[in-house]
Amino acid sequence: MAARATLPGAAAGWWTPAALVISCLLAVPVVVVALSLATPHPEVWGHLWRTQLPELLLNTVALLVGVGAGALGLGTALAWLVVHHRFPGRALFEWALILPLAVPGYVLAFVFLGMFDYAGPVQTALRAWFGPSFRLPDPGAWASVVCVMTLAFYPYVYLLARAAFLEQGAATLETARALGHPPRAAFRKITLPLARPSIVAGTALAMMEALADFGTVATFGYRSLTEAVYRVWYGMFDRAAATQIAALLLLFALALLALERALRGRARFTQSRRRGPGIVPARLRGGPALAASAGCGLVLALAFLLPVGQLVVWAARAGGAQRVGGALAPHLGITVLLAGVTALATCVLAVTLAYARRLRPSRPVRLATRVAMMGYAVPGAVIAVGVLLPLAWLDQVLDAAARQVLDRPLALVLTGSLAGLLVAYVVRFLAVGFQTLDASLAGVPPRLDEAARALGAGAGGVLRRVHLPLLRRSLLTALALVFVETIKELPATLLLRPLGVTTLAVDVWTRTSEALWAEAALPGLAIVAAGLAPVILTMRASGRATRSGT
Amino acid sequence: MLLGGLAAVGGLTAAPAQTGQVVVYSARHYGQEPAFEAFTRRTGVQIKMLNGGTGELLERLKAEGDKTPADVLLTVDAGNLWNAARAGLLQKMDSPELQASIPAHLRDPEMRWVGLTVRARTIMYDTRKVKPAELSTYEALGDPKWKGRLCLRTSGYVYNQSLIATMIRRHGEARTAEIVRGWVANQPVILSSDTKILEAIAAGRCDVGLTNHYYLARLLAKDPAFPVAPFWADQATTGTHVNVSGAGVTAHARNRAQAIKLLEFLSSPEAQQMFADVSFEYPANPQAGVTPLVARWGRFKQDDLNIAAAGEFQAAATRLADRVGYK
Repeated sequence: MAARATLPGAAAGWWTPAALVISCLLAVPVVVVALSLATPHPEVWGHLWRTQLPELLLNTVALLVGVGAGALGLGTALAWLVVHHRFPGRALFEWALILPLAVPGYVLAFVFLGMFDYAGPVQTALRAWFGPSFRLPDPGAWASVVCVMTLAFYPYVYLLARAAFLEQGAATLETARALGHPPRAAFRKITLPLARPSIVAGTALAMMEALADFGTVATFGYRSLTEAVYRVWYGMFDRAAATQIAALLLLFALALLALERALRGRARFTQSRRRGPGIVPARLRGGPALAASAGCGLVLALAFLLPVGQLVVWAARAGGAQRVGGALAPHLGITVLLAGVTALATCVLAVTLAYARRLRPSRPVRLATRVAMMGYAVPGAVIAVGVLLPLAWLDQVLDAAARQVLDRPLALVLTGSLAGLLVAYVVRFLAVGFQTLDASLAGVPPRLDEAARALGAGAGGVLRRVHLPLLRRSLLTALALVFVETIKELPATLLLRPLGVTTLAVDVWTRTSEALWAEAALPGLAIVAAGLAPVILTMRASGRATRSGT
Repeated sequence: MLLGGLAAVGGLTAAPAQTGQVVVYSARHYGQEPAFEAFTRRTGVQIKMLNGGTGELLERLKAEGDKTPADVLLTVDAGNLWNAARAGLLQKMDSPELQASIPAHLRDPEMRWVGLTVRARTIMYDTRKVKPAELSTYEALGDPKWKGRLCLRTSGYVYNQSLIATMIRRHGEARTAEIVRGWVANQPVILSSDTKILEAIAAGRCDVGLTNHYYLARLLAKDPAFPVAPFWADQATTGTHVNVSGAGVTAHARNRAQAIKLLEFLSSPEAQQMFADVSFEYPANPQAGVTPLVARWGRFKQDDLNIAAAGEFQAAATRLADRVGYK
């Protein structure tokens, strides 16, 4: 791998130690989770093994395969359609297809269940039409969960694949065509392999998210390992045993990341960044054009319009808007503030880690980064406890020090302030920022570094003047992704938010946990709206390359 | 702006306990506001709430230790309260008033928590297809006549765990396993919320189900013609299973006196009525009245087993459900 080899003449300077310190600190919560295995709970494991562990493992694998294939196929196909083709509505779909990212997964799940289950409007209407004994075939929990998660998580693949397709520019593809490859073959032989690191990175994100998800599996009654974590935690009051099951999830995450590295392919595929004319999309006509528009429209309708429409209906029905609406502005304010700071901090750290690895891919940095990223695949509540425990310990240490030195006790500096919450967010979403940036950084030819170095630039200068401009799109994508994820984040927020800090997600959750869906609709819409702004800005900022083509 | 926020929060946590404030960690997010406001009006004591799931709030209390800002833990399900007490997060309350207001079976024998509102988990039936005479006990839902006609919520749901836990306390593991096996043999439709069970009954997918009573009350408040009614299970024997939402004073409460005052107020008939009116729950204090919609269902015999059993046998209940294949 080109990115693996130390760049010739590169003096890594402080980059390597800095990356090592950062990644080791961020890996602490994952290590805390893994360390739970040190004190075994044989009775819980014996019970699980006798009653359900094989089923849970099988279900989890089936879930990963389904969601991985679904998100990979759907995300890549949609990105390929909108970047390389012209069809009615393309310009709209190009940015609109990213909108489902702003809809929390559990909202999508709940709306789908509400719409399509036996008592829902669809089947009720069908029964009124075809008679009372009519019922739709039950798709089963697996198919339902895979469907909903595919619709919720495909945007990761779509975003990354689209950015990769656009970054390729036209030159590469045109060369291929000039050499006599028909368009489809050129796509298969050139476009796809070049975009592979990004596509695989997006798919890995979608699969890690599926691994950690509790809301959707709980809604459809699908028994995954994550569902078991919560059942053991809340049902047997055994957080330690629950954490051990979560540690099992780490093995899945480890396998996923290894698979991702293997599938990224040889990163010797770097590409010319010649700023030539943009991609010239192929014009679709007739049937294919119709099919393209209808396909994009269907995905958009199911993954975005349907849930948002339902939220609007509920919001209108809620009536008691003053009960909900009064606190909306402060909740929105703190949510956006937290998400903004998290997005910036996460991306700065992710760039540091990715660049340090490029400069000198030392084994300790690689290992620590990988461990830190596994936090994304563990249920949010578990990794949040992994953040809480070391912070609480640090608070005790600080307090003891204050008593010694200042002769007075200290309040909860970390666990009682926004600092702890920000740490938790960064730990949780580092993978999102890192995956997005690293995949893109791997595509920059090392000879650009070499040239800049030869011209006298230092490591920081190369990053600032060569890489960051080239990575502009990925950087914006990473910022937007982390921002949106933070807005939706719930378990860590619940565990670590200081008194008086209520985010929109917490507001939605406190209402939905009492089944007050109508009341939750307004803050739910606010989440979607707050998430939309950065998503749309990103698309505008990164959409210029194809504007000439539409 | 961020620095300002951090400073503000830092200042808040660093401030010494204000005597005019009680901090409540709450896993109950609905229905208590009117009573809290009334307490503040009466005493001038402000109430600060931090909402969260019970699991998260307990972890948080443990991590905060003697520095916790929380004075009161308010949560749902007796099992959760029992677990908080077992973890040493609650302190014994010395209050004759609380003991007088709340019946003995609805509070901790050691007075570390008290139930404040009562939820009955009982049989719900389709009024168009089922006659009350066909129903009797939880156990009878295992009768083959209900095959394919029963809707249940997932076994992982806390109120089902508590129901099974108290059955274990009452009947022993073997007989409880028989009862639950009977339900499972009827191939119940497993749904993910109580409201979904009630809607499924109304839509004709099943004829009977088990839910908490107030979910039906909420649906009836919106649609008086909703074709589902409650049947009070086990009236001829031990009484219908009830659970509570309740509260205790945290082990390291800074404002212990006001915290106990708050709980005493919440258990008074006046505040109990406020709970009942907003949330359709039964008051724990027998002197308070129920809201008219719920009053129509008449009086019923509660199972008077101390509900601490819900916590004591909860892990056993979870294992039992797994063993007999109740998902």
